[in-house]
Amino acid sequence: MEKTYPEDLKYTKDHEWCQIDGDVATVGITWHAQDALGDIVYCELPEVGDGVSKGETFGVVESVKAVSDLYSPVSGEVIERNEGVLESPEMLNQDMYSAGWMVRVRLADVANAAADLMSMAEYEAFLTSES
Amino acid sequence: MTEANLKKTPLHALHVEAGAKMVSFAGYHMPVQYTGVIEEHQNVRTHVGLFDVSHMGEVEFVGTQALAVANRIFSQDLTALINGQACYAVMCQEDGGIIDDVVIHRFSEERILVCVNAANRAKDFAWMSSFKTEDCQINDVSDDYVQIAVQGPKAESLLTSAVVGESAATLKALKRYHFVANMPVAGVATGIIARTGYTGEDGFEIYCPVSSGPIIWSELLKKGASQSARPIGLAARDSLRLEMRYPLYGQDITETTNAFEAGLGWVVKLHKSVDFVGKAALTEAKAKLAAGEGRKLVGLEVKGRGIARPHYPVLAEGARVGEVTSGTMGPSVGKAIAMAYVPSAYAAVGTSLAIRIRDKDIPAEVVPTPFYRPPST
Repeated sequence: MEKTYPEDLKYTKDHEWCQIDGDVATVGITWHAQDALGDIVYCELPEVGDGVSKGETFGVVESVKAVSDLYSPVSGEVIERNEGVLESPEMLNQDMYSAGWMVRVRLADVANAAADLMSMAEYEAFLTSES
Repeated sequence: MTEANLKKTPLHALHVEAGAKMVSFAGYHMPVQYTGVIEEHQNVRTHVGLFDVSHMGEVEFVGTQALAVANRIFSQDLTALINGQACYAVMCQEDGGIIDDVVIHRFSEERILVCVNAANRAKDFAWMSSFKTEDCQINDVSDDYVQIAVQGPKAESLLTSAVVGESAATLKALKRYHFVANMPVAGVATGIIARTGYTGEDGFEIYCPVSSGPIIWSELLKKGASQSARPIGLAARDSLRLEMRYPLYGQDITETTNAFEAGLGWVVKLHKSVDFVGKAALTEAKAKLAAGEGRKLVGLEVKGRGIARPHYPVLAEGARVGEVTSGTMGPSVGKAIAMAYVPSAYAAVGTSLAIRIRDKDIPAEVVPTPFYRPPST
């Protein structure tokens, strides 16, 4: 898949994306994250009902070579998780923004959820400054 | 270490040009992957891959006592080799701890070429040099060589397509762990071509002058295009070797492990005619294992969800008994596999153990190794 960062998503410096729709956020990893890892062969996600906190780990992805923690972009309760990426972690490489979504979170604080998340333009600038 | 401080192999520019992802490894700026580790791994298992292993070191023993001196340093019996034969061996401390694992090439009684791990080059050379005599010069010739590994079921057809005259027949007849000297490839000089490798597949390792390196590399990729020849990064080199249970120095074997517990007893010739460094300690280590004491490096298959990684604790009946030395998801076996040292009592195939992966104890079982067996090569 070509490098892409959809405009309608929000991003973190830990290379997660989230899409906020009302009081629910859908969370995944960015093109950059999966590219840096290489072929993803394993994924671990929280259970439905678990709480997640902004900036704290909520799961793990592993490539053949390395382990990488996932950091939640938002705080709240997991209401759905994508069993598909647990079964077929390669979806995280192939389709990280749609079929490769990870969890849906009911936001704890809807009003401030997006406050310190980056826009696409900000994230791209951040990636440039990192490289 | 920043990129600027890293050493570059003579093929570095070609890797960058090919779009390889580059990393720091043993002081070198090396390609870790080109297109994807699983794809590269499978390409070696099914077709052929080229590895730049120029970071590996080479040390030469030259002089009338070359073989005799080397035979005191290494665990194998070099007098049992014929000229043109190579062997895998370990170099030990007096206490039996492994200083390095090496491949030794015997040209003659007066000339030996030893291939050593990149990260151990300085340490090894210092150690070997302490055995130097007037009749045995020991030289670090690492910077004189580019080393290219050609590995996979199509390795022979690829390499023979790049040589002329009788050379193709010579290469076809070359047995595993034998080598030929001074055979031109792609029209340029090589030092030796050995039928060796670190993947479990058939293949060759070409040691050639620096000026030949880029020419041979590019020509083999060009000639091999129709046979799906591709450059392979260090990540796939690691997964390929792990599926074969080949130890990696620094992880599976170190100065605090000995050859017998590492399952490398076959490279230790306790009864050769000369005493070698570590013999007494290794004799004891062997007896200890035979008595059911000590520990063994075993192959483990993870039975639950998760991938074992180096240093993860290994448990038996809830108690910690060892730790993982290497582990990954094996692309050819399709399972999470690992190696770990465990007490002999838990080393039998079929033993149920557990590996602690992020605070969860995941079932694992001692399994036969190699984890992967290439179809008749």
